[in-house]
Amino acid sequence: MKFLKEPPRFLFFTGKGGVGKTSIACATAMQLAEAGRRILLVSTDPASNVGQVFGITIGNKITPVEAVKGLFALEIDPQAAAQNYRDRIVKPVRGMLPESIVKSIEEQLSGACTTEIAAFDEFTVLLTDSALTADFDHIIFDTAPTGHTIRLLQLPGAWTGFLEAGKGDVSCLGPLAGLEKQRSQYKEALEALDDPLRTRLILVSRAQQSPLREVARTCEELAAIGISQHYLIINAVLPQKEGVEDALAAALFSREQAALSTMPESLRELPTDHVALKPFNLVGLEALRQLLSDGDQHSFYRDEQPITLNAPGLLALVDEIALKGKGLVMFMGKGGVGKTTLAAAVALELARRGLPVHLTTSDPAAHLTETLNGSIETLTVSRIDPRAETERYRQQVMSTKAITLDAEGTALLEEDLRSPCTEEIAIFQAFSRIISEADQKFVVMDTAPTGHTLLLLDATGAYHREFTRQSGKTEQHHLTPMTRMQDPERTSIVLVTLAETTPVLETANLQAELRRAGIEPWGWIINNSIAAAGPHSPLLKRRAQNELKEIDAVAHLYATRYAVVPLLNEEPTGADLLLKLIHGQMREHTI
Amino acid sequence: MAIIQVFDPALCCSSGVCGINVDPALVSFSADVDWALQNGAQIERFNLARQPMAFAENQTVKLFLESLGEEALPLILVDGEIVLSGQYPSREKLADWASITLPSAESKQAKNCCSDNNCCG
Repeated sequence: MKFLKEPPRFLFFTGKGGVGKTSIACATAMQLAEAGRRILLVSTDPASNVGQVFGITIGNKITPVEAVKGLFALEIDPQAAAQNYRDRIVKPVRGMLPESIVKSIEEQLSGACTTEIAAFDEFTVLLTDSALTADFDHIIFDTAPTGHTIRLLQLPGAWTGFLEAGKGDVSCLGPLAGLEKQRSQYKEALEALDDPLRTRLILVSRAQQSPLREVARTCEELAAIGISQHYLIINAVLPQKEGVEDALAAALFSREQAALSTMPESLRELPTDHVALKPFNLVGLEALRQLLSDGDQHSFYRDEQPITLNAPGLLALVDEIALKGKGLVMFMGKGGVGKTTLAAAVALELARRGLPVHLTTSDPAAHLTETLNGSIETLTVSRIDPRAETERYRQQVMSTKAITLDAEGTALLEEDLRSPCTEEIAIFQAFSRIISEADQKFVVMDTAPTGHTLLLLDATGAYHREFTRQSGKTEQHHLTPMTRMQDPERTSIVLVTLAETTPVLETANLQAELRRAGIEPWGWIINNSIAAAGPHSPLLKRRAQNELKEIDAVAHLYATRYAVVPLLNEEPTGADLLLKLIHGQMREHTI
Repeated sequence: MAIIQVFDPALCCSSGVCGINVDPALVSFSADVDWALQNGAQIERFNLARQPMAFAENQTVKLFLESLGEEALPLILVDGEIVLSGQYPSREKLADWASITLPSAESKQAKNCCSDNNCCG
């Protein structure tokens, strides 16, 4: 493995949720420890399973992994760190200020940025020289700070008046105000990060378009701020031999190879390792030892018990939506889970039944929706270009505000505008223009604002409600996006996920956030299920087996109603394949 | 010298760009505060989301919040007295409270517009 050659002191693994960062970080830590080094493995996954992998309990303190000499582990829960931070600010004023104001303060501090910066705050100490870390040859992190966080911390303007004076800040760095450490310590941490002699950043992806695009973006973003020691790992690559007797595996193999051959330019020159999909779960020392080796793994093959998946398909969900006759249908979930495809399939099926439908997507590729436009009389298709919308919003802000700012202030404002919230707000604004059509017909969207965004933006809603009350006008005309989404008669939110641990947890978090905003998701769709596709290849059967407990968790713990959609041999584009997602006879079979 | 205290509403970023409607006054006000500080004014800013204690401990601010709610922010006090609420002051007002003599319009322009690039030319 190239990424393991002459490793520097700090190793960071980064990539989107579910690509296998934690497993690879664990395997790396173990390999280096077994080579005689002293290793600290740090997990910042809120649902860290590092303890489970090594069969011990870890938690928020450095804990020796007894079974591996020289290996120590630490779990930082960024959500708990953010909660501590919120408590520090909010608790003292509870009961002193009106409850509604306390609530609003808490919401301000509940965004993704707070969580990220709280996590960075926690591991700053590990990046700087301290008695705590002096003992270790290597410190391995299963996540990395984003470019946005690093850039904010680098901007001198972000610090004026913050930690130094404690008040009078002009900047945007809300979350930073509560950081406990000194600026010099952050500076030292940032210097360690962009020193290639000390830090190596390892991008982890699957051989699929969406995660590859995401690591390419991370790579470019970090390179732009001087962090350029990148390595690439393509994890869980399906071996060609699996496709010999299984059409699905063969199709998957060629899809993966196609994704690799068309991967973004910025990734091509990186030192790259491929890790083959393994037929075993990555729990226990022996499994971890095998993960990064190409050795013979036949000893792991076992005869699997036949699996029966008896889960509802998409058709039942569509039938239920159709009964409503009109309304907003929003598909929500992390990038790459297939929201656009599912939104298109559901819109198409509704329209095919003669119902009026407006499908609107933020699909960057556009080809999917273009093929549908005009295919059915009752179907209108439109597209929102997230990049163009975000850029327009940025331009609008910069042109009205930046003129009066000096260079430092302008740099800070520009960085504020690169935050993830900006994109969400820009897209949300664009969608808001279409939302009211849902009083007459179905409006199907492939995205939805998070509960956090809605709560922040609902200051407008509060204003409208007050206005309505005073003017005596009917509620109807002053529905805000949030009140519309809270009304189950008007809106159905469908959460889309994959049958894997991290994506299911991430989706459960989205659901919790929506509930905080008083919105109850209508249902869940588990997309691209291998179990539902009925594979024959031993590797895919193994993955299908793993999916079952995730599907079970969705069915029994999380979802009011749900559907499982099988992975198709081909990418579902075009009306026929989309309808196959709904009507396909691929369910209820025994593997 | 008068002490000017600014009590900002809770914004996740105080440049205000996170809101659905950008408040055009907020960012330029921040620049004006910088300017006034450089000219010797005593200004303190408190953000509701970050320093709520400052709001709770000041009786005037606390009463203001209890009767009018956070929608009525920002609130500006000079030597403890309310001088403005619901909007941010102009640079001229700020200068007036802080007893800074505004030289003339063109020096203001020079400072803000042309210091780093030639946007005025």
